Amino acid sequence: MAELAAQDLTLEYGATPVVAGLSCTIPPGKVTMIVGANACGKSTLLRGLSRLLKPAGGAVTLHGQDIRSRPARDLARQMGLLPQHPSAPAGLSVRDLVGRGRYPHRGAFGGWSRADEDAVERALAATDTAHLAGRDVDELSGGQRQRVWIAMALAQETELLLLDEPTTYLDLAHQVEVLDLLTDLNRRRGTTVVIVLHDLNLAARYADHLIALKVGRIVAQGASAAVVTEKLIREVFGLECRVMPDPVSGTPLVLPLGRHHTASAPEGAPTGAPAAAPAGGDVMVAIP
Amino acid sequence: MRSARGRSVRAGWLLAAVAALVLVSAASLAVGARQLSPGTIVAALTGFDPGNGDHAVVQARVPRTVLGLLAGGALGLAGAAMQGVARNPLADPGILGVNAGAALAVVAGIHLAGVTSLTGYLWLAFAGAAAAAVVVYLIAAAGRGGATPVKLALAGAALSAALFSLMNVVLISSQDTLDRFRFWQVGGLAGRDWSVVLAGLPFLAAGAVLVVGAGRALNGLALGDDVARGLGQRVGLTRGVTALGVVLLCGAATALAGPIGFVGLVVPHAVRLLSGPDYRWILPLSLVLGPCLLLLADVAGRVVLLPGEVPAGIMTALVGAPVFVWLVRRSKGAAL
Amino acid sequence: MSARLPSLRPSRPAVLLALAAGGVFSAAVLLGSYTVTVPDLWRVLAAHLSGAPRIPTVSFMVMELKLPRAVTGAMVGAAFGLSGALFQTLLRNPLASPDVIGISYGASAAAVTAIVVFGASGAAVSGAALAGALAIALLIYAISRRATGGSGAAGGRLILAGVGIAAALQAVVSFLMTRSDIRTAADALVWLNGSLNSAGWERAGILAAALLVLVPAAAALARPLRMVELGDDAAAGLGVRVGATRLGVVVVGVALAACATAAAGPVAFVAFLAGPISRRLTGRTSLPAAALTGMLIVLSADFLAANLAPLLLAGTVLPVGVVTGALGAPFLLWLLATANRKDT
Repeated sequence: MAELAAQDLTLEYGATPVVAGLSCTIPPGKVTMIVGANACGKSTLLRGLSRLLKPAGGAVTLHGQDIRSRPARDLARQMGLLPQHPSAPAGLSVRDLVGRGRYPHRGAFGGWSRADEDAVERALAATDTAHLAGRDVDELSGGQRQRVWIAMALAQETELLLLDEPTTYLDLAHQVEVLDLLTDLNRRRGTTVVIVLHDLNLAARYADHLIALKVGRIVAQGASAAVVTEKLIREVFGLECRVMPDPVSGTPLVLPLGRHHTASAPEGAPTGAPAAAPAGGDVMVAIP
Repeated sequence: MRSARGRSVRAGWLLAAVAALVLVSAASLAVGARQLSPGTIVAALTGFDPGNGDHAVVQARVPRTVLGLLAGGALGLAGAAMQGVARNPLADPGILGVNAGAALAVVAGIHLAGVTSLTGYLWLAFAGAAAAAVVVYLIAAAGRGGATPVKLALAGAALSAALFSLMNVVLISSQDTLDRFRFWQVGGLAGRDWSVVLAGLPFLAAGAVLVVGAGRALNGLALGDDVARGLGQRVGLTRGVTALGVVLLCGAATALAGPIGFVGLVVPHAVRLLSGPDYRWILPLSLVLGPCLLLLADVAGRVVLLPGEVPAGIMTALVGAPVFVWLVRRSKGAAL
Repeated sequence: MSARLPSLRPSRPAVLLALAAGGVFSAAVLLGSYTVTVPDLWRVLAAHLSGAPRIPTVSFMVMELKLPRAVTGAMVGAAFGLSGALFQTLLRNPLASPDVIGISYGASAAAVTAIVVFGASGAAVSGAALAGALAIALLIYAISRRATGGSGAAGGRLILAGVGIAAALQAVVSFLMTRSDIRTAADALVWLNGSLNSAGWERAGILAAALLVLVPAAAALARPLRMVELGDDAAAGLGVRVGATRLGVVVVGVALAACATAAAGPVAFVAFLAGPISRRLTGRTSLPAAALTGMLIVLSADFLAANLAPLLLAGTVLPVGVVTGALGAPFLLWLLATANRKDT
């Protein structure tokens, strides 16, 4: 089981610390979601966990060993990454791109084996992109392109998979499809999945473990039901909301209270968190 | 708030640049093998005395200075506009084949027709530049996709390669032609009089109008063709009109002063590092800093190797390179 | 969708390229102003290898003139083609090449200085060219380096620094051309275009030794470079050491261009043309294809320069670099104009 942990981690851009003294353990074999407002450091944290950023302080360990002490290709066989804003050179076919995910297993000179081929096929099938295999990546729509990049990360066949905002550009159907796919991966193969997600409701639904960041520090972590409370949303996002159990999945559903379209909000039922402020008695009047 | 401060910073740069230009222009009138005092210059300009040797020198330097202003401004402007059209940091105005076409035409003129006068070179250069640019544009526009920045840059670079090669064929097979051509191809402001300046003026004016008018449109282009179209811009038209302006400016400048490479290539990059990516600032700053560099180089060339002169085409590179290097080191990494 | 094993077998266009290169190589050795029959060729080679007495005239023509020239031309073409393709891939810019970013001009400036100021020729000029190329490469690297800042930014700064230095050096070269007598200037012009006229076994041997190191290095860097093409983050996620790969590609690219320039001068435009032409012919970016295309360009150009040009130009033998541009560039233009797929 891959245990990825951050110990007293400090990450900086230039001289500005974005994440300071952060410690956490990514639960192995589970789906972890990292959420927070824009610029709270969630992408930075992911980049630190995946060795893209050198820590200014502290360390990231995998199986107890500092990840910086291992050869890069070694690490890449255990930990796969889908970065934000991936860019493919012009004229690259989908099959080629997904095939590049096999690099950690092949190295600079290794040949192409049956296992590599199978991995590519599995990845294409899992992301429903097999029919696009011959097309050029830059000809695809935003959503198709995203799925193809996920296929590349899947082809890497790692114990750990880190994804930075993998649902950008995807319509709701495909967002759900991708998250279902990642959940499949987790349930069937035991892959530890860490996702930075901006959609709070989907994050709450799909997470086994939720980490909420604010200004580079962990404000809360744990099961969605425990973490996603009105108080926390207010603190982390600066947003007034009602939280109630999602009628479809039972996980917390965040209903934001904006300046418009806020008729009488349903009574926020406590979601089981002991510290939840009682919401009964507060009826929001629509503010024109 | 922040944009106002940014705007005033940029306005400050522009004012500083204009001030520098005025100073350099004055220096261009005063400095040289014969140093002149401001009093003499003013006297020569207001009450010209044909018998006075000093006044004659001023009279010779005035068109030279004006030429420096025009050519420098044209090259700076053309370079900045070319970057906007080609969206490629390696693209200079010569990328449309302008320099190569001009050079080949001049070489052909010298070799086949024995042309020796500067005015002769001027018309040849201009014709060659225009022809080359037309060919580049037609080739880039053919084939699917039209004249995309990549195809323009590639076609221009490829045509330049072909034309330079042809030119070298002639130069290698005829030493006489080489002997004459090698002095023109250095580029400089010396020895050109009012007739040269006036001949180029209409093309420079037309080109400047086209390019300056395209400032806002170039900002749109920088966001990508799709976004620009979404903003209601006619992308192909913008590119075509700007390219035409670039050809007019660059062709005329090359015709007037010979091929001076550094200005059109480096000044826009330098300007961008000061002003950011807004073409409404890049264009005017390039228009002012281009002649600053060129005149400064010309002045330096007059004093560096007395009693001879080093042509401005050389000095622009020697003067500009250290400044440019400093700017590159300072930058946070080119967002081009 | 049937599973297709992407094998290591080269694609058909690449095979055709190799055959074409081989064909032109043979033409260079066998044909031209002095023709050699195939049986004669075997006899000459056999005599040379077995130490038997040489065949008059034919041996000389083949072993001292044609063969070393063709071999040097092939190596120079491959080196330039490879170097250009490496830079174009790394900098993600089809205009990139050692010519454009100043390496070639560094060599030229040093060589022309040697010719005009010091009256040097032959090996001294080659040495100066090599030193010049490497010195400028170091300068550009030093300028574009920064203590902090991602390697993505360094790519843009490298281009900028290179372009500025190139423009400055070009001016220096132009200036030097005006400061000498016409004969020296004419000699310098020939060198500036790249010439195989002084190709010999000694030079070919040195170049071959260099390529023996550099070509495998390029091959080792090819796959990591393909990962870096996907973006620094994605490449790092795949276990590529991005900084080391970039540095390696730059070093190998510069070394290839510098060695080829030392051997034959900055053969114009080969590095720039080989990549785009090979990409349009084979449909994908491929380092071997670029090398083969470079080889093809140089060998064809030299054949024309050495054999046809004298017929057309009353005896003047043209340096190969003059023809490479005249030959390769129109071909690229034709490819651009007739592109029938959505271009990049």
